[in-house]
Amino acid sequence: MIAAPIHLGADRLMLDPSGALFWPQRRLLAVSDLHLEKGSSFARRGMLLPPWDTEVTLDRLALLLRRYNPAVVVTIGDSFHDREAAARLPAAQAARIRAMTASCRFVWVLGNHDPVPAEQLGGEWVDEFADGNLIFRHQAHPREPGARYNTKTVGEICGHHHPKAAIAVRGGMQTRPCFVADPHRLMLPAFGAYTGGLDVRHPEIMRLFPRGGRVFLLGRERLFSFTLAQAGVPVPAPIATQSFGGGS
Amino acid sequence: MEGTLPELFLQWFSARGWQPRRHQLSMVAAARAGQSCLLIAPTGGGKTLAGFLPTLVELSEPRKHVLHTIYISPLKALATDIARNLVAPVTEMALDIAIETRTGDTPANRRRRQREAPPDILLTTPESLAVLLSSATATEMFAHLSCVVIDEVHALAGTKRGDQLALCVARLRALAPGMRTVGLSATVAHPAELMAYVGAKTLVEEPDGEPPVINLMIPDGRMSWGGHMGIESAPKILALIRQAGMTIVFANTRAQVELIFQALWRLNEENLPIALHHGSLEIDQRRRVEAAMSDGRLRAVVATSSLDLGIDWGGVDQVLQVGAPKGVSRLLQRVGRANHRMDEASVATLVPANRFEVLECEAAIEGIAAREMDGDPPRPGGLDVLAQHLLGMACAAPFLPDDAFREVSATQPYADLTRADFDAVLGYVETGDYALHAYEHFRKLFRDSEGRIHVRSARIAALYRMNIGTIVASPVLKVKLVGKRAFGPVLGEIEEGFANSLRPDDAFIFAGRKLKFLRVNANMVEVSEGAERDPLIPTYAGSRMPISTNLAGRVRALMQSPDTWHRFPGQVQEWLRLQSRRSRMPGPDDLLVEIFPRAGRWYLVAYCFEGRNAHQTLGMLLTRRMQRAGYFPLGFVATDYVVGVWSANQPTEVEELFGEDMMGDDLEEWMADSSMLKRSFRNVAVIAQLIQRNQPGSARSGKQVTMNTDLIYDVLRRHQPDHVLLRATRADAAHGLIDVARVSGMLARVQGRIVPVVLSRVSPLAIPALLDIGREQVGVGIDRDDLLAEAEAIVAEGMAEDEPAPRKRRLVKRDVAAKHALVAS
Repeated sequence: MIAAPIHLGADRLMLDPSGALFWPQRRLLAVSDLHLEKGSSFARRGMLLPPWDTEVTLDRLALLLRRYNPAVVVTIGDSFHDREAAARLPAAQAARIRAMTASCRFVWVLGNHDPVPAEQLGGEWVDEFADGNLIFRHQAHPREPGARYNTKTVGEICGHHHPKAAIAVRGGMQTRPCFVADPHRLMLPAFGAYTGGLDVRHPEIMRLFPRGGRVFLLGRERLFSFTLAQAGVPVPAPIATQSFGGGS
Repeated sequence: MEGTLPELFLQWFSARGWQPRRHQLSMVAAARAGQSCLLIAPTGGGKTLAGFLPTLVELSEPRKHVLHTIYISPLKALATDIARNLVAPVTEMALDIAIETRTGDTPANRRRRQREAPPDILLTTPESLAVLLSSATATEMFAHLSCVVIDEVHALAGTKRGDQLALCVARLRALAPGMRTVGLSATVAHPAELMAYVGAKTLVEEPDGEPPVINLMIPDGRMSWGGHMGIESAPKILALIRQAGMTIVFANTRAQVELIFQALWRLNEENLPIALHHGSLEIDQRRRVEAAMSDGRLRAVVATSSLDLGIDWGGVDQVLQVGAPKGVSRLLQRVGRANHRMDEASVATLVPANRFEVLECEAAIEGIAAREMDGDPPRPGGLDVLAQHLLGMACAAPFLPDDAFREVSATQPYADLTRADFDAVLGYVETGDYALHAYEHFRKLFRDSEGRIHVRSARIAALYRMNIGTIVASPVLKVKLVGKRAFGPVLGEIEEGFANSLRPDDAFIFAGRKLKFLRVNANMVEVSEGAERDPLIPTYAGSRMPISTNLAGRVRALMQSPDTWHRFPGQVQEWLRLQSRRSRMPGPDDLLVEIFPRAGRWYLVAYCFEGRNAHQTLGMLLTRRMQRAGYFPLGFVATDYVVGVWSANQPTEVEELFGEDMMGDDLEEWMADSSMLKRSFRNVAVIAQLIQRNQPGSARSGKQVTMNTDLIYDVLRRHQPDHVLLRATRADAAHGLIDVARVSGMLARVQGRIVPVVLSRVSPLAIPALLDIGREQVGVGIDRDDLLAEAEAIVAEGMAEDEPAPRKRRLVKRDVAAKHALVAS
């Protein structure tokens, strides 16, 4: 796994191919949109999805905690799929979470899916989390991309939209979850096992990056970097011009 | 067989100047004897009337009005059309018979009335029948049923729709024990299996009419090496259209239909009425084209398989097939669209798009002459379909598992179903059947004290009914033409993936028009006319079928017999001779593998002739092995005839590469992680209703379903690899997308007969495959990090100067290793 460095304002951050962010200077690890217990949330409504999604998501998080040994963990909202999800956690998984929140400073930023704290799991529950020049919040504030905040230029780290991007490659398109970044804002892909994605060209995402930006597509071993403008551009159709030049 | 028909019917026949046909009388006799039967007859043989005649005879006698006969068609339109045609004899004989259709388009009030007071004859589709059967009133409604007629049964048996229909017919048989079944079919390769599918004791066969006259037409000038569109032949196609009254021009894909249509109209100076027809066009548009055909107002229709089945169009004078025919049965079905009169030969012309297709066309002409039908023997019924059916049974009425198992295993698709599999499927429907018994609280079924299975709530039943069906379509968006008026016509639909790739002012060709993309608005793609840019062509997933095993065998045989080459156009002969001289021809039982350098790479081209899907699989497996052997494979291309891999180093141990052990660990390892399986799993998950796409309110976005099922697949595979849905997925993929059966069959056949030929440059036979590189679609949704790395490197190179600030050169530099590791996932 090769992490890729980017700069947000003056801060150097590492993007991990798992979809997590590591801030070496603060030893801070951030992930977004875990959507724990999404499986059981669907099961309540009659779709009996395989019940291991929380376990898989926590396995992936545990791996990152071992690799980066962070001093601070921030989950940027929608950590739980619904208001009752924390209460539905299987005992073993709840215990794992408590062990994680006890092992370092663990900050839960609240999201729209999980607006209420689940204090019994430990950690701090906040609406947003600021450190130095960076602010971590679930949903980006569209009005202040790179605006002044507390008299300093800040970078914003957000989630919520589950960005994914399609890139034209030889013979077709490749679609992956991705980070989206401009010099002032970084949007994380969803980290949860059952989380789908929204194409970065959706207006909801595009309006947050009015001056363009880069996408970093998650690969098996590393990230693949393209400009936001390259995302979703279709493969040129070789047949189109050829056929119209043909004929008589 | 005199006296089989009542006087009234004999009079009707003679009033029309007809004679009852032998097979029609046989069908009436079989019905009298209470026998279920299968009728195999060529198109135009009066097959539909033969199917209905026994019912009409029985209903012409005094009786009370109950639902007597259900007619099932694979096509909604066909059911409607048959109803119309059936009304004619019924009115002309003044019979007191109520005939109605019931499809997804039937309005709610009529559905309700049909449940309360059913007609004598109900014409419907497998899906609508499943909906009827899941209703609590089903027992009452079908209690007096006498007959089920399954039309085009050859097109249903062996598919998931066919599995569903077989289960529904078994249900009907349980509700109406005396009922008989009738199958109507075109000529097939496996009539015995089809009889078993229908439950028929009697086979009635109508001999074929005159053998069709099939010609081959190649374009003027140099014949194309590659490409599959056949546009170069447009002038000659138009000339043929000009000579005939009414022509159907069949193509293999919707994109090809659009292109040929455009090409014809650019040349069509006389403004001959030429229309187009394919499954993505708006239904009204298709109906208008069909009506114009029937009325003789058209000179030609360019069409896909949307016109393969069904309605007898009458006045079609000739059929053209542009591009490779892919299979003998399919070609015969298409050819049969011309001249629906038994005593006249159908006339058809094949128009190959490249040199390889010339061979395939000749092979198909031979295959038709030899009447060698395609078709694999039937595969076992899908466990996903069974899951859907069992939930439906519980929605209708409580049942005992023992009874249900007996009923299900009496059908042909599920004849070999084990009790263990049945119980696993039932367990899946109840609670998900997960090793982690997590969903006891959320179970969908419960058992009463007598062991009978009930559905837990009305809500679960309602959701089930909203999600009945076994056709998992790709998510699509409607295309709406907007101009000065705010409300323009809807032209049809394109796949969401393609729509999402469009930007304002992008041009694309659809419904025979060059359109300008404006925006996506509330799930409608809004377009206008008058596009300026070079147009794109919408693509549709899974629209290409691989060449059939029989036909591929005939292509090999042709290559192997130089004495037959004189039949080919001069250029093709020259091409084959050059191949013989410079390399060699693939033999009937061996595997020719050519290895040659080109532009700093080594190419390995294997002439397997196992069809595109099998070659995709083989390409994935080969690159893995070549990687291990240190050849540094860089990519591969799969066509219907060959698989080609290019690599940095020269592959030397070719026989080892094609060892049979490829099907062992390599396959297992690759399959486990393969996105092909994810695609199959998506279908299984939707059919088994693990994912219910239709929810009260609005349908979930299809895009999201793709994402979610991939992720669900990963989780399930890791934690319960033997889960019943994963087993269903592997069984599906083995015959479909990854076609393991054909790969392993081929490997077994060629062991000890692998013929590696090292050349100094590309061989004549390899040219078409090399030209397909870059043109071939890599399957959508397959994770290929190698391709992303390639695209990234190209962009990094080309854009080196004007990139914005945050970027990561290091990644590109570090990528040397990754570049060498261009292994398929």
